Amino acid sequence: MEKEKFVEEFAAQFEETDANEFSIKTAFRDIEEWSSFTMLLIIAMVNEKYHVKLTGEDIRNAKTIEDIYKNVASKIV
Amino acid sequence: MSNPFSLQGKIILITGASSGIGRSIAIECSKSGAKIIITGRNPERLSQTFTELHGDNHQQIVADLSVDDGIDALVAQLPILDGIAHVAGILNPMPFNFLNRQELDEIMNVNFYAPALLTNQLIRKKLIAKKASIVFVSSISGVSCSFIGGSAYSASKGAINGLIKGMALDLAAKQIRVNSILPGMIDTGLFEGSAISEQDLMADRKRYPLGRYGKPEEVAYAAIYLLSDATAWMTGSNLLIDGGFTLI
Repeated sequence: MEKEKFVEEFAAQFEETDANEFSIKTAFRDIEEWSSFTMLLIIAMVNEKYHVKLTGEDIRNAKTIEDIYKNVASKIV
Repeated sequence: MSNPFSLQGKIILITGASSGIGRSIAIECSKSGAKIIITGRNPERLSQTFTELHGDNHQQIVADLSVDDGIDALVAQLPILDGIAHVAGILNPMPFNFLNRQELDEIMNVNFYAPALLTNQLIRKKLIAKKASIVFVSSISGVSCSFIGGSAYSASKGAINGLIKGMALDLAAKQIRVNSILPGMIDTGLFEGSAISEQDLMADRKRYPLGRYGKPEEVAYAAIYLLSDATAWMTGSNLLIDGGFTLI
């Protein structure tokens, strides 16, 4: 699992925010476009690409994209 | 004078009875005098429901209705039924762009194929009595509205909406009635551990004109009504119970 690719996949779930604005340290909930729907998209993306089922709690406990990345990496079997 | 809303002496099968609305329907129907047969996937939770039933001679059968073998095994153990409440269902919010065949199969299997095929088997084996009542717990989603990430769930409930109308016609000759209940959001813990937070749910409750989500027993009372002889001339109907949600 690559950090760079994960950031790209994360950024791809946003419609209005430019992909270049995302880095592994991005505090994603500060992004204006962030909503409960984006959260569903992230959960579905992680499930599809990494076969890891995140909960809403996992997302809410994370601050940066890296926090989610680490959580997913720890759950990949 | 006898009470037209009583279920005294009726034998009623309730699926999805391990929790939530199914558990509540089982308990309330037992209070109304029915002999209850409950089924569900989780033995521990099904037993929990079983201990909460009023009266005697009830039965519990663990079965996984998402596979044909599970349906067959259940049907093989059933007596002739006076009523069925199809409650088993799953909800997995999934944005449309991430849907795939596997996700659709999973939700359609539990929410649509299982109740349709179970009833079909019961009809074929003549295990549904004349004048029986079949109740599907559907949803406002898929009939009147939907929700974010709810396309697959809504499709499964929309399918039920069509199914009951055709079934009601085809089974009318046997005087078997088929109706559905369309609940709005009911407090059942369905979203525990999901993407939806308690905070989101609190905000969502305020969108209901009656100011709260429904209680499982409020769906159960509607099920009793539809299962009882009070609705002997009611078939193919959707009974809306949504705290006014779809009015606005």
